[in-house]
Amino acid sequence: MMLETIAERLSLKCKCCWENLKNDVTGGYAGDLLSDVMANSAAGNIWVTRQVHQNIVAVAALKEHAAIVIVQGATPEKETLDKATKEGIPILVADLGEFEVVGRLYQLLYPSQG
Amino acid sequence: MTLAEVRDLLDAELIVGQERLELEVHTAFGADLMSDVLAFARSGCLLITGLANLQAVRTAYALDIAAIVICRGKALTDTFVETARELCIPILWTPLIMFETCGRLYRAGITGCVREIGIQEKTGVGY
Amino acid sequence: MSDTDYMRHLQGRYEVHGRDFVDAGLVSSQIKKGLKSQGIHEDIIRRIAVIAFEAEVNIISYATHGVISYYLLPDSIIFEAIDEGQGIEDIELALQEGYSTADDSIREMGFGAGMGLANIKKSSDIFEITSELGKGTRVKSTIMLNGK
Repeated sequence: MMLETIAERLSLKCKCCWENLKNDVTGGYAGDLLSDVMANSAAGNIWVTRQVHQNIVAVAALKEHAAIVIVQGATPEKETLDKATKEGIPILVADLGEFEVVGRLYQLLYPSQG
Repeated sequence: MTLAEVRDLLDAELIVGQERLELEVHTAFGADLMSDVLAFARSGCLLITGLANLQAVRTAYALDIAAIVICRGKALTDTFVETARELCIPILWTPLIMFETCGRLYRAGITGCVREIGIQEKTGVGY
Repeated sequence: MSDTDYMRHLQGRYEVHGRDFVDAGLVSSQIKKGLKSQGIHEDIIRRIAVIAFEAEVNIISYATHGVISYYLLPDSIIFEAIDEGQGIEDIELALQEGYSTADDSIREMGFGAGMGLANIKKSSDIFEITSELGKGTRVKSTIMLNGK
């Protein structure tokens, strides 16, 4: 599913790399421990987290995530946005908490049968 | 939804709290950051986390959280289980990742719970 | 009544050591157990437990050593955390949600999102903080019982 569609349906605010909103999202990952995300997430994932520190960009770039979604209306640090712009990783912000954002994303990515 | 139903939905094992299988839960909070749980989670919710350390149990105790779901199949230490038992916090353990765990619970009708930092409580959307 | 008069009402006193992450939250749990046995209202206990937890994590993350005490007065509970450590350079900044000087080791333990002091302040009815750079920090929280 195209990132842009997800951003629209979940009212996410894009903070950088608008040109990459055409990225294809193939799955989702949620987590706030960088070591865990590094070990277990996959390329094409939309990564949902509450971390705003610039190290999230390095992880997302390395794992080739489609985008990072920062939840709970948290503000990404300036260094984080600068780095994301350089790496071409879109960062989007959601007002809702991690559970609600993941729940809605899950419904979008995996519509229930019947 | 009862803890027994949560267990079945998440292909989980109930590690602590066999006597609490009928406990009802309606809301959940997902996070690996306990500072966020302490700031935003409300009492009575399910805490979904991949942080299987004593801080998670003590955070749940501090906030009167109904039960903890440990996701990503994180290994549990004896001390973790003993502390949960001592503080009477039911523990469910699932091999699912947090994304799948939250997704299945959301689809089953569980809603997010977010408390405004401080005393007033705000209900999650759709609650 | 002098401003140190509350100290006569000491209920518990705990030592906390810097970098001792395994024990983070232990004081919070102990204070909560203590207050439960006193029959204090659960909403009040929850607020104190949160304040204690955040204070412990702050001492463990940023100080070498600290002491946490709480006092049960007829109309309020007073919570106090005094540490020896690096202190806080800009208290106003440190109180902002999301502001943090935590390193990766703190974040991997599930803390350091910059909510701690803000959460202590908002969970308190009266919040006082003083800090001296290179010396340490003192946090004092008062929670009114309001007949609860």
